[in-house]
Amino acid sequence: MTIALTLTGIRKSFDGFLALDDAAFSVGGGEVHALLGENGAGKSSLMNVAAGLYAPDSGEIAIDGRPVVLAGPADARRHGVGMVHQHFKLVKPFTVAENILLANPRPGYRRGMAATREAIARQAETLGFAIEPDRRVADLSIAEQQQVEIVKVLVGGVRILILDEPTAVLTDAEADRLLETVRRLAETGVAVVLVTHKLYEVKRHADAVTVMRGGRTVATADPRTASTAELTELTVGQTTPLPARASFDHGGTRLNVGALTCARADGQVTLADLSFFVRSGEIYGVAGVSGNGQAELAEALVGIRPPLAGEIWVEGAGDLAKAAPTARRDAAVAAIPADRFSHALAGSLSIAENFAVGEVHCGRYGGWPLIDRNAMRRATAAAVAAFDVQGVRSLRQKAALLSGGNAQKLVIAREFSREPAVVVAHSPSRGLDARACGAVHQRLLAARDAGAAVVVISEDLDEILTLSDRIAVMSRGRIVAEFDRPADRQAIGRAMVDHG
Amino acid sequence: MTDFLINWIAGIPVTAAPYALAALGLIISERSGILNLSAEGLMLVGAMTGVASCIVLGGHPLIALVIAMVASSVVSLLFAMLTVVLRINQVIAGLAIVFFCQGLTGLIGNLAGWQNHPIAGLDKWTIGPLSEIPGIGKILFIQDPVVYLAIPIFYLVNRVLRFSMVGLNLRAVGENPAAADAAGVSVALYRIAAIVAGSALVGLAGAYISVVGVKLWFTGMVGGRGWIAVALVIFARWAPWPALGGALLFGCIEAVIPRIAAAGIRVPQYLMLMLPYLATIAVMVWAGATQRGGAGEPGALGQPHVREERR
Repeated sequence: MTIALTLTGIRKSFDGFLALDDAAFSVGGGEVHALLGENGAGKSSLMNVAAGLYAPDSGEIAIDGRPVVLAGPADARRHGVGMVHQHFKLVKPFTVAENILLANPRPGYRRGMAATREAIARQAETLGFAIEPDRRVADLSIAEQQQVEIVKVLVGGVRILILDEPTAVLTDAEADRLLETVRRLAETGVAVVLVTHKLYEVKRHADAVTVMRGGRTVATADPRTASTAELTELTVGQTTPLPARASFDHGGTRLNVGALTCARADGQVTLADLSFFVRSGEIYGVAGVSGNGQAELAEALVGIRPPLAGEIWVEGAGDLAKAAPTARRDAAVAAIPADRFSHALAGSLSIAENFAVGEVHCGRYGGWPLIDRNAMRRATAAAVAAFDVQGVRSLRQKAALLSGGNAQKLVIAREFSREPAVVVAHSPSRGLDARACGAVHQRLLAARDAGAAVVVISEDLDEILTLSDRIAVMSRGRIVAEFDRPADRQAIGRAMVDHG
Repeated sequence: MTDFLINWIAGIPVTAAPYALAALGLIISERSGILNLSAEGLMLVGAMTGVASCIVLGGHPLIALVIAMVASSVVSLLFAMLTVVLRINQVIAGLAIVFFCQGLTGLIGNLAGWQNHPIAGLDKWTIGPLSEIPGIGKILFIQDPVVYLAIPIFYLVNRVLRFSMVGLNLRAVGENPAAADAAGVSVALYRIAAIVAGSALVGLAGAYISVVGVKLWFTGMVGGRGWIAVALVIFARWAPWPALGGALLFGCIEAVIPRIAAAGIRVPQYLMLMLPYLATIAVMVWAGATQRGGAGEPGALGQPHVREERR
């Protein structure tokens, strides 16, 4: 096996924060090499250096044994290094072919377009993708967009392919299919770097694994011989097991959703006559294949999208279906949206402001003319400590500088600052590492034990199974099946697919 | 009545051309993601330099138009530096350029004594026997060269935007600069080039008003047409041909104003002069009510691009 890419002694800092500290990594042709680590461990930063997006402060990059200086992503691609980012770098209104031509320019638009179509067809056939070059990327599913990203990189003749958390956005079945494709690619001689925080993916699909922690590469191992416990130890330092759940001791109905109907602006119905109830002290899990109305349900529950018809009844507050977000807050409905930085936090505002905004409208920090910033900071400091939000150097620091897990903890701290009556959590552990995920789950279970009605909407079946007292399966905007705990994973999986 | 109609319609291209050219110039720069409010100012620069070059240099008026285009492009480099290099808020930068140009053209033009100095201007072309056709001849075949040139310019810009590598890169920069950057397209270079190229057309629009339309220059003669062009771009959803349609609509309104007075119809003068702006509001209301979801708007319009920002 030849060494394709070697990184040695890489250091990189952002605003004085050392993201990478003497990191080293190497991958050979034909190898699937996993880069394992928690969020904020520096995996993406290290790979962004390899892909030419970040210039390292110091350190050496060698491709095929020759040291190189990468001037930018395009230069990296010329050297044969291509990266599929976690947040896709696709121009949404463009077609598939336009996106691929953009990244792999060819002289002459018409001839270039023809050649690009041919190249797409060739790659799609090799990889077993069904990609139509003339479809708009905005109309594609997440899995399809990822396929476009992979084809885009491969069309450019890349021999070192970096996949940044590729399965984070996929369902189980889609993830399996992708990882099989990755294996097939490696067999053609491509060096594949699989950035991930999922241990089972490493165990099942990687030839080698390098573990990162706190910006350093701490070990390289063979996943077939290393035990799960060893790898976990290396990644996390120490493990936090999920606490034993208290017995299921629910009260009366706290949240009742009746005949909820939603439609998109173009008239397509996204939620059709959907009904369910959640009792106090109960976690109600909503599973389903992505794009079956889960996002719309979450948005309707927290008040981002008013439903066309139906009721959202909360004990003590009445029907909130058409109520404003403040009315929902007054009814103690806690919202934990899927996309933290679009719907939960204002990245450019400070941590204190992001925390205080939850209660500022009810006068907790002074009346309308003046805001008591000291009270705001005191409350935030207390919450940051209580909810173990790390990486806070100052309460004035921008919220965007928090890593995913800590940002989510900040959201939960705000939403739980008053005892919540109803919790709506959409993909609460998306993009979080094991430890942060465990912490989030603990908080949700604590809310349940304190008597809240908790709705967890997630495409991660493990998360649903761990948390839920009752599980619903959503398909095409309806609830098609309900299961009591302990639920049969197979049966849930079948219900998800049968109607999907 | 027929005479009134023919004269009115024949007058439309002259009033519509500044709107059309300015809107097209703005479309080029806004497609690259730069929210460009500088049109009014750059049109003033074009209007003044056009007349100035006629008075000072003489020569063919088409040369004056070219000089005006160059002058606007040079001034637009200031806007490009503010928005692309320094990443100042694009609305503020655009407004600053407008007020700067208002002051600058007023100062230079009056110091040099170009105010109300009549020039020969650009004559209309009479296209042979075709111009003899009753009605249609006067409307279609007796117009100035810029009007005839406008059609191929629109065709060319539309084609380059939609079916060329340059256009593909430019649109990508405007829709998703991070993706364009990752694809190896220089975001800053494309944005600066788009501003400069678009501003040449905006300058041409301004010079057209003074050199071809009024055939003299006075302070602030653009009179808000630049702002209407900004509105036209939104109305046209950032697409060239609809912008031409919109420009013709405004041309219609502007062309009818003097003719109504001339025909002896008694309507309050200021109400008539207000019409284009009233129409702007009406068009915006219509656009807002019918075109939901920001279709056509470049995804990154108004957003400066910074590469190494961590989220």
